[in-house]
Amino acid sequence: MSFDFSALYRALPSLLMGATVTLRITSLSIALGLCIGIVAGLCRVWPSSVLRALSGVYIEIIRGTPLLVQIFLVYFGLPALGINLDPFLAGVIAMGINSGAYVGEIVRGGIESIARGQMEAALSLGMTWRQAMYYVILPQAFVRILPPLGNEFIALLKDSSLVSTIAIAELTRTGQIIITRTFKSFEIWSGVALFYFLMTYAISRIVRFSEKRLWYSE
Amino acid sequence: MSEWIVEVRNLNKYFGRHHVLKDINLRVRFGEVVSIIGASGSGKSTLLRCLNGLEPIQSGEIFIDGVCITRSGVNLSKVRQSIGMIFQSFNLFPHMTALENITLAPRRVKKIPQAEAERIALELLRKVGLEEKAYSYPAQLSGGQKQRVAIARSLAMNPKVMMFDEPTSALDPETVKDVLDVMKELAQEGMTMIVVTHEMGFAREVSHRIVHLDDGRIIEEGSPEEVLYRPKHPRTKEFLSKVINI
Ligand SMILES: Nc1ncnc2c1ncn2[C@@H]1O[C@H](COP(=O)(O)OP(=O)(O)OP(=O)(O)O)[C@@H](O)[C@H]1O
Ligand SMILES: [Mg+2]
Repeated sequence: MSFDFSALYRALPSLLMGATVTLRITSLSIALGLCIGIVAGLCRVWPSSVLRALSGVYIEIIRGTPLLVQIFLVYFGLPALGINLDPFLAGVIAMGINSGAYVGEIVRGGIESIARGQMEAALSLGMTWRQAMYYVILPQAFVRILPPLGNEFIALLKDSSLVSTIAIAELTRTGQIIITRTFKSFEIWSGVALFYFLMTYAISRIVRFSEKRLWYSE
Repeated sequence: MSEWIVEVRNLNKYFGRHHVLKDINLRVRFGEVVSIIGASGSGKSTLLRCLNGLEPIQSGEIFIDGVCITRSGVNLSKVRQSIGMIFQSFNLFPHMTALENITLAPRRVKKIPQAEAERIALELLRKVGLEEKAYSYPAQLSGGQKQRVAIARSLAMNPKVMMFDEPTSALDPETVKDVLDVMKELAQEGMTMIVVTHEMGFAREVSHRIVHLDDGRIIEEGSPEEVLYRPKHPRTKEFLSKVINI
């Protein structure tokens, strides 16, 4: 058996299309996940115990259930409540809500990794808790959050292959479709893997670059 | 306005079941320098932290410049603006230059315009002998320099009282003197100061009064001569025999 490069070559334009869909859905999910996660992470350390508990419940539930089930719940489950979403939107919402929980934990961890003395010094100067958070804690936490955040983005990009199950023509789904036509499993899946790798590699380079730009010595 | 800048009445503080501060009564006059001495674990840091509201207390009252800060609903941020706090571990903000460390609170809390805040900050840096370090980050400063920047940062809020929690005990011996000199100068200018210290020489030379905290209780208090040379309480004698080299 030999590797049929021409089959892969012919599939490239379609795979590229699929990859752009993957990128689109992932970046929208990342954006949504960041919004939710920053709020959830801040709530985890907020002085109000109600907010702490609420975000804790959200994070635990999301992290304790499979993303695939969450996707099905949003796409197949919500119509029972009269909410019909097109697959793309359902995918973004499910992945965004999912990622928000992980981002929330990353944000909380970053904030808590900043020594307590920093908050106390800021409060001692007469700053309010919010001012201390905004000017002193978050800028330092951000630097520490970046690497794990990069990992989360990469994980999310790979997990986006799960939305192929709700008929979104992203990279994995595109690969499946091509194979049903060409039967070139090995070639096409190799191509799919290569595209995923290029995208995750790009993310990790971007994250590392911004890390370097931001780093100050502690 | 009362004559006391700090007044503590019957303060009790627990960590869980651990009774850390026991019925503390303490008053500090405007312009007075009070040193607090005592063995490790006697509650010195905790007392300072209670005084600026970083630790909740279980009973008693604390007044700062006539304002009771232990009543619920008090605006602690407002009160803390008039209390400078210097920590053993400096706690400078590592992501900001010395100048930014000093100007942050005046700008964000007191809404002083940047140019004005920087002018004041540079003046304060000159006062602590670090004008040329204005644009250095904390990581580029020695321990003694960090502590002097921290002092300048507190002074920038124009506090009525400065509290120091073992400001020199994390420092290399050669840089201790620079920090103590800055503190002496402050004392001479009439700043009210509460200083937790193991530097007995400094305590004797600069303070008006020395307070000995032993196992959460103030067991001796008086002028440096009284406390250091003619201690009444046997525990104070014992403590001094261990630490003193004056
Ligand atoms: N956050 C805390 N939780 C529980 N116990 C604490 C806490 N902080 C301090 N303690 C305890 O309270 C007591 C007093 O501590 P504190 O730090 O005030 O002592 P100190 O006189 O400042 O000692 P040192 O000279 O070592 O700094 C100690 O027994 C300490 O273990
Ligand atoms: Mg202490």
